[in-house]
Amino acid sequence: MAVYKLKTPISEEDVRKLKVNDVIYITGTMVTARDSAHKRALEFFKEEKPLPIDLQGLAVFHCGPIVRKEDEKWTVIAAGPTTSTRMDIFEDEFIKAFKVRVVIGKGGMGKRTTEGMKKYGAVYGAFTGGAAVLAAKAIKNVEGVEWFDLGMPEALWILDVEEFGPLIVAIDTHGNNLFENVQKEVEGNKQKIYERLGV
Amino acid sequence: MIDAKAIRVIVFNCYLLYGRGVLVIKNIIENVAVELLRQAVTKLPPDVKEALQRAHREEESEVGKTQLEAILNNVELAEKTSTPMCQDTGVIIFYVKAGAQAKDLDKIKEAIINATRRATKEVPLRPNSVGIFTRKNTGDNTGRYIPYINWDVISGDTIELTAFPKGGGSENICQLGMIRPGDGLNGLKKFVVDTMLKAGGKACPPNILGVGVGGGADIAMKIAKAALLRPINQPNPDPKVAKLEKELYEALNMTGIGPMGLGGKFTVLGVNVDYANRHPASYPVAVAGQCWAARRASARIHLDGTVEYLTHKVR
Ligand code: SF4
Repeated sequence: MAVYKLKTPISEEDVRKLKVNDVIYITGTMVTARDSAHKRALEFFKEEKPLPIDLQGLAVFHCGPIVRKEDEKWTVIAAGPTTSTRMDIFEDEFIKAFKVRVVIGKGGMGKRTTEGMKKYGAVYGAFTGGAAVLAAKAIKNVEGVEWFDLGMPEALWILDVEEFGPLIVAIDTHGNNLFENVQKEVEGNKQKIYERLGV
Repeated sequence: MIDAKAIRVIVFNCYLLYGRGVLVIKNIIENVAVELLRQAVTKLPPDVKEALQRAHREEESEVGKTQLEAILNNVELAEKTSTPMCQDTGVIIFYVKAGAQAKDLDKIKEAIINATRRATKEVPLRPNSVGIFTRKNTGDNTGRYIPYINWDVISGDTIELTAFPKGGGSENICQLGMIRPGDGLNGLKKFVVDTMLKAGGKACPPNILGVGVGGGADIAMKIAKAALLRPINQPNPDPKVAKLEKELYEALNMTGIGPMGLGGKFTVLGVNVDYANRHPASYPVAVAGQCWAARRASARIHLDGTVEYLTHKVR
């Protein structure tokens, strides 16, 4: 379990060094995106329209933050991760199209994303579920918001972060998926538990 | 022992008592309910915090340890800044033990609804009340049957309130099984283990499980949820039940699911079991899941307006 502090833009070479169980902290620019934003971004790509922000080398965060506007300035109140599996149908294309290097969320992602990360060079960083205050603390500034018409949780929030983490590398570029490994182990433990309980 | 906060409450209540000629218990209930919601979402009860600290000390998986550390840091920050420890501040549930001789019993519901609206703005809480047919969020955490109130009538003249804001992630792992009576306790144990295996890392483990057995389908689930109100460092007073709790706790922590489902020893922080007698032909088992953000806060309101906070120390 090595600890890495990464600064955006992150190079493909740098993420390819990471392995599952590593811990990363990110400093730089992070952009939130949930289902609708992923969908729209891919539509833009198809139509060869540029995104409002170049995502190359950045981190994308599966998060619908609570943001408050005071004196024309946005502040993030809470920014816990949302369940990532919903983005499984978009993520491989998304990484391919926009070259994001870190995808952040909770609960892990499936086979398709794992393959995509291996092929196009990105990792999945698991952020502690519910730890919204910790996340908000690492967000130093809201640089901007795009696609606000999608609603506050679905919009693209462009965030300036400092040592955002800890993020556990749960999918690396070598085809390893920590959640799948744990799942296998849990399956293996099942019989032992039944035996112990005599059921 | 009366602390500073209690004195402030008394002074405030004296104002209500003498300033207006009557003691308006209803206002006190509303203020206390707002305070309880604030306490619940910003500060963990001591038993849960201690269990997390212990898990952090004893966790063997390095990754698991990082998660417990992040949770503890988050809890610390939430406490210090008085912000909700998790962005999902839940659906608002209250438990009320109403003393038969207490005043304003008919006003409690209204006071709790007002308090929920106020807390949504003042704390703030995330609006989590969506209409089934309208799909609209009411924006203030109220709506049909919500905030939900569980009533109990007790003797005496006090009113005991418990705020229990319940997160969606952990609610989604709740399960009810109508197991075969012939399978009995073994069936129950298997059902609890299977429920946890199915939940995996979904409900932000380490979790706390409330297990309710017997009664009927609805009764078992009510008991299971109410079991989550008992501090996890207090085993069931019945030694047979306490033994079952321990056995389940140990079994669930053998699953390897671990903190946040990333692998490790601590999948649960506690298992609280309670039971009702059952029909000979049926054996309902309910499992109510709670996440590390195990939010609950209680207070007792006396007839003279004094308030005792029961779960949280008040500064
Ligand atoms: S399961 Fe609990 S800790 Fe996790 S996001 Fe939901 S309410 Fe928060």
